[in-house]
Amino acid sequence: MNLFDILGPVMVGPSSSHTAGAVRIGQLARALLGQQPAKAEILLHGSFASTGKGHGTPQALVAGLLGLFPDDPRVPDSFALAAERGLEYTFGTCVLREVHPNSALLRLTAGDGGKIEVGASSLGGGRVKVFRLDGLDTSFSGELPTLVVHNTDQPGCVSQVTGVLARRGVNVATLQLTRGGRGGSAVMVIECDQPAGQEAEAEIRALPGILKVNSCVPEQEGLI
Amino acid sequence: MIDFTSIQQMLEDTKTGGLPLWQNIMVSDCARQGIDRTLSWGQMERLLDAMEQADRDYRDTDRSVSGLVGGDGGRMARYGGGDDTLCGPFLSEVMAGALRMGECNACMKRIVAAPTAGSCGVLPAVLLPCGRRFGLPREQMIRALYVSAGFGMVIANRASISGAEGGCQAEVGSAAAMAAAALVFLMGGTDEMMANACAMGVKNLLGLVCDPVGGLVEVPCVKRNVIGAMDALSAAQMALAGITSRVPPDQVLDAMREVGDALPHSLKETGKGGLAATPFGKQYAPEL
Repeated sequence: MNLFDILGPVMVGPSSSHTAGAVRIGQLARALLGQQPAKAEILLHGSFASTGKGHGTPQALVAGLLGLFPDDPRVPDSFALAAERGLEYTFGTCVLREVHPNSALLRLTAGDGGKIEVGASSLGGGRVKVFRLDGLDTSFSGELPTLVVHNTDQPGCVSQVTGVLARRGVNVATLQLTRGGRGGSAVMVIECDQPAGQEAEAEIRALPGILKVNSCVPEQEGLI
Repeated sequence: MIDFTSIQQMLEDTKTGGLPLWQNIMVSDCARQGIDRTLSWGQMERLLDAMEQADRDYRDTDRSVSGLVGGDGGRMARYGGGDDTLCGPFLSEVMAGALRMGECNACMKRIVAAPTAGSCGVLPAVLLPCGRRFGLPREQMIRALYVSAGFGMVIANRASISGAEGGCQAEVGSAAAMAAAALVFLMGGTDEMMANACAMGVKNLLGLVCDPVGGLVEVPCVKRNVIGAMDALSAAQMALAGITSRVPPDQVLDAMREVGDALPHSLKETGKGGLAATPFGKQYAPEL
């Protein structure tokens, strides 16, 4: 915690968890898809489902999917902006097991057919956590440059990927591995001290056994 | 170096270090974060800008999503603060400012969480009019924000600044305590006076529950910003008069934590108790 967790963020009201955090979740999901989604199926859980409407949570999530920041005055009008920019969305509710009460599940489809499913929670003060990615459990905040690598569960994938990062001088802060089942699909979530960059991502994408590479970099804002 | 876990440690470290309290707070935070001082100062200045801009953005025609909130900042300003009114010009200006900011937040406008969105009206409501009234330079206002954030960080570490965790005392109570310390700074009080103002600000709202109607940051949150601002002014005035908190400041924060822990779930931002559970409040209860 630092002084700017006490004063700040600058945000559109009314709630740091239900509004500012919801914008962040949308932003993070958009970054993980790698582009603006064309379609979004958004399911609200817990307190997001019960009091989200009065807090502008749906508008905030859509605003994040459009790439707006939590302090953008257009957040309350994001539905109109979505229509302009060709983002179709639907809202529903869901009951997820063992997650924070302020959570949402976003199923996104890009114009080129790419898909991603992101489950994320708003933890308070505008901070968020991704807890599920394409059905696999994970845990990362997006506060550090993060690389998400989907691969087939086979020997050598991790060392090849971290090898690419090492050669490019990217320091790994945390590394999480999850798999659906032996020999099935697996996910590596790598939080780094520096962004890996597009070339490194392309190099990783070309490695054997790699299915998909997504990344998110904390975007520069006016304020921490 | 301040470790932000104790008001006493913060004051003792400042006494031995030679820097003024606001600067010691800044320097200690920069060291902990590994950031440059000019970056930190620039960020704090932008927060002050954003507070001032948010105050200017208020429109008394704006209404919240539920329709429960809006227009009271304008009502207060129109009533005015002549010398023939109960509270007079300065207090009326403070009250109108707290209402404006609380309503801006409820109406989805841009605000500065201080420490939270629900309590965003307290600090600007007292600091901005104080700066205008005494013609204080901008650097002084930014330094005051460092003072408030320093005390706020100790409150967060030792007790809580989250309504869901500690009730409204943790949001509006913390905001009032932070503002009280900052006001003492602006009026030229000593570090001990700032600590006492912080302690009295917390004490006088100890036990305040978080019982929002419909679970929304609207009723009673907007008007609680007014009482937070009044609490800050009175705590600062008492401290400047040399009145001290009999219970030491750190022990006051420990009591705040204990009270927060003891509050039932229904009174911690769940929208299930207190005003939220009145017949009126239940009309706004979320449909599940």
